[in-house]
Amino acid sequence: MSESPFDPGTPMGAVLAGLAERFPAVEFSAPLGDPVARVAPDGLVALAAAARDAGCNTFIDLCAVDYLARPEGRFEVVVHLLSMEARFRLRLRVAVPGDDPRVPSLTGVFPGANFYEREAYDLFGIRFDGHPDLTRLLLPDDWEGHPLRKDHPVGSVPVQFRAVEGAP
Amino acid sequence: MARPASPSGLLTTTLQKAVNWARTRSMWPATFGLACCAIEMMATGAAHHDLARFGMEVFRASPRQADLMIVAGRVSQKMAPVLRQVYDQMPDPKWVISMGACASTGGMFNNYALVQGVDQVVPVDVYVPGCPPGPQSLMHGIITLHEKIRSGEITR
Amino acid sequence: MSNPPDIVTGDTEAPALALPAPSPPGAPVDEARRRVHELWLSGTEAPGDLGRFTSEGAQEMLAEEAPPILAAQMGSLVGDDYAAEAGAGSEETQIINMGPQHPATHGVLRLQIELEGEIIRRAKPIIGYLHTGMEKTAEALTYVQGATNVTRMDYMSPFFNELCYSLAVERLLGIEVPPRAQAIRVLMTELNRVASHLLWIATQGLDVGALSMMLYGWRERELLLGFFEKVTGLRMNHDYIRPGGVAADLPDGWEDDVADILAKVPPGLDDYAALLDANPIFKERTVGVGVITAEECRAFGVTGPILRATGVAWDTRRAFPYSGIEKYRFDIPIGSAGDVYDRYRVRMEEMRQSLRLAEQAAAAMPRGDYRSDDLKVTPPPRARLDQSMEALIHHFKLFTEGFKVPPGEVYQAVESPRGELGMYLVSRGGAKPWRLHVRGPSFAAVQALPVMLADTLVADTVATVASADPVLGDVDR
Repeated sequence: MSESPFDPGTPMGAVLAGLAERFPAVEFSAPLGDPVARVAPDGLVALAAAARDAGCNTFIDLCAVDYLARPEGRFEVVVHLLSMEARFRLRLRVAVPGDDPRVPSLTGVFPGANFYEREAYDLFGIRFDGHPDLTRLLLPDDWEGHPLRKDHPVGSVPVQFRAVEGAP
Repeated sequence: MARPASPSGLLTTTLQKAVNWARTRSMWPATFGLACCAIEMMATGAAHHDLARFGMEVFRASPRQADLMIVAGRVSQKMAPVLRQVYDQMPDPKWVISMGACASTGGMFNNYALVQGVDQVVPVDVYVPGCPPGPQSLMHGIITLHEKIRSGEITR
Repeated sequence: MSNPPDIVTGDTEAPALALPAPSPPGAPVDEARRRVHELWLSGTEAPGDLGRFTSEGAQEMLAEEAPPILAAQMGSLVGDDYAAEAGAGSEETQIINMGPQHPATHGVLRLQIELEGEIIRRAKPIIGYLHTGMEKTAEALTYVQGATNVTRMDYMSPFFNELCYSLAVERLLGIEVPPRAQAIRVLMTELNRVASHLLWIATQGLDVGALSMMLYGWRERELLLGFFEKVTGLRMNHDYIRPGGVAADLPDGWEDDVADILAKVPPGLDDYAALLDANPIFKERTVGVGVITAEECRAFGVTGPILRATGVAWDTRRAFPYSGIEKYRFDIPIGSAGDVYDRYRVRMEEMRQSLRLAEQAAAAMPRGDYRSDDLKVTPPPRARLDQSMEALIHHFKLFTEGFKVPPGEVYQAVESPRGELGMYLVSRGGAKPWRLHVRGPSFAAVQALPVMLADTLVADTVATVASADPVLGDVDR
C-alpha cells in the first residue's frame, strides 16, 4: 500500500487529485488508507457524477448511519464507489441534519442507488429528493417508525419461561 | 392394528387406525422454505437423506395439494400474512411443522422484524429445534408427527 | 452459439484489465437499450432528463391510490370504464405476481411482472419478506458474538459473511492473524464457494427442468457439509471464523478429508458438465437468455459471476486480496455474452478453481497458532482456566463484555460466490459496533433483475432469476 493514496503518480491519486481540484469545498482524507470525501448534501450529485466520469463508475453501496447528537448533523449518508481500472474504492460521506433529513437522490447518476436509497428511507427516514419511488422496501408499507434509528428500540419481546412440572 | 375388546366398537377403531395410518404414509409438504432451514429441508429431500422413503419427496408448490407445511426459516412481519394465507389455502387435514429455532420461537433474532414464533400465526404440531436442524433432526420431527397422527383422533 | 469461458491467466500478477472505455456523459446511447431502461421507469415524479438510466416508479397497487392514476400507469385492465379513460395504452397489459411463496424464486422473492402477451414489459422485485433486522441486532451484540449474526445473512456461504466481518474488525483493531489462521480461512471459504455453487447448479437445473441435476447436485455437497461439520461442529451457519482467527484448529485427519473431497468432487463436476454443457435443451433455455451488459452491471453494482459472464475479469480476490490469497495461483473464468449459459460456465469453472485453491491451502498449511496471540481479542487456552485466576477473569470478560474496538470506520469486501460482499463497520470505541451495514451482492443482483428480464419471454423468468443466484437472506438481512 502506498504511503498516501493522494500521490498523483498513481492512477488512484490522479483521479483523486482531479476531483480535489474541481471540488475545493470537499474535504478529502484517508483514514486506514481508504480515500474518503466529505461533501455537503447539495454537492453530492455533482461530485458523484464527476467521480463516475473520472473512472469510479461502479456503484457499490449507499447506507446511512445515525450518530445521534453530533454538531455537523445527526445522520450520515455513506456512498461507496469503485473504480475497477484504478483499483480503488471511494467513500463519500454526507452529513444530514436530524430534523427533516433530506439528501438529493443519486438515481440519476447511478440507477443502482434506487433500492439502497429506499432502504435508507425505510430504516432511517432520510428522504431522497428526486427518487422516482421513495417507498418502504424491507418493512411492510404500513409500518410506522424507522427501526435503525438509535432512538428506536430493538423491539425484543421478553422471553417467557414456563415452569415444567416434575422436572429435576 | 389391535383387535378390539368389544364387538360394538369394532369398525370405528379399525377405521380410525386405518385412516391415520394412511394419512402418515404420503404426506405431501407445501414448499415453504424461507431461509437457511430451507436449505437443510432441501438436503433432507435430496438423495443422501431421502425423504422419499416416507412418501414425501414431492414438495407441492400449490398449497391446495399439500397436507403438511414445514415452516422452514424465519418469518418476518411482512411474510406473516402470506404464511397465514398459504395455511388457510391448505385443505383439511393439515399439519404444521415449525422447523428451526427462528420458526419456533424467533430464534436468536428477538427484534422488531420477526414474528417471535410461528405459532403466533398458525397452529403448530411439531417444533424441531436447531439452527438449522440437520436432516436427521427434521426427519425425527417428521416421524414424531407421524406418531402423533397415528395415536390421535380421526377428526382433526 | 456456445461460449466457452476464456480463462484469464496471470496467477501471481493481477491481469491488466482490458475494459471498454466508459462512454462519456451525454454520448448517444444505443436506442434499444435506452428503451429498455425507460421501460424501467414509471412514476410521475421523475424528471425527464435523468440521464441514460432511470429507475422504475410506483407500481404497487396500494388501496389509497386513485384509480385514474393506476389506470394511466398500469393500462386498461384497472378501470371499469377503460374505454372512457384517456391515455390508456392501446396494448393490453396484464400484471402478474410471482411469489413470495413460489417454488422457483429461490427464497421469498416477489416479482411483479407486467406482461404484454408473453413478453415482459416491466418487472419489479418486491423484497423484505425475509427482513430479519440483522443490522439492528448487530448493534446489540459484542464483536465476539457478531459472527453468529452475520453468518446467517447469506446462508449459502456463511464462511464468507464471517470472514468479511472478522476482516473488518481486525482492520479496525489493527491486528494481523497468524498464517495458519489465514490458510484455514482460505481453505474453508473456497470449499464453501464450491458448496454454494453446487447448490446453485442443483437449483438452476431444477428450475430449468433438469430434475436429475437437483438430485445429483447434493451428492458432493453432502461431502463438503460433512467436512464442515467435522471442523466447525455445524453443517451450516458455523460461527467459525471470528475476529482474531478461527474458533478452533483443524481436527486430526483433516488432510485425508480434504484429499477425499479433492478426489470425489471433480468427477462429479465432470458428470454435471457432461449432463448440461452441450445439452441442446439446456442450451436452448439458457443461451441468449437474461442478458445484461457490463455497463449495466457497473451501474447497478452487480459483481461476481454475473459480471464475469459479461467479460469483465474483476475479482475482489485479485484486486483487493485478503487472507493471504495473493500467494495462491488461480484463474478467473470469464464469459462473453452475459447470458445464463455463460454464468453457468463461469460458475462451473469457478468451482474447479476453488478446488485448486483449497488444494494449495491444504498442501501449504503452515504450522502455528490458529488465532492471534493478541490477548485483547483472544481468550486464554481452556486448560489454563483451571490453573490461573487471571486467565479465568480474562475469559469471563471477553465472553461477557467483549473487547473494545478503537473508534473508526472501515469498509471491507470479500469475493463471495454471489459477488462482492462488503461490510461497512463504524465503531465509536465500545464493545459493540455502532453501525454494521452489510452490502449484499444479491441485493444488487435482484435490483438488476428487471434489466435482465425486460423484453424477454415470461417463460425465461425462472431461468434468469435462478442464474442471478439471489439469496434472500443477503437481500433482506
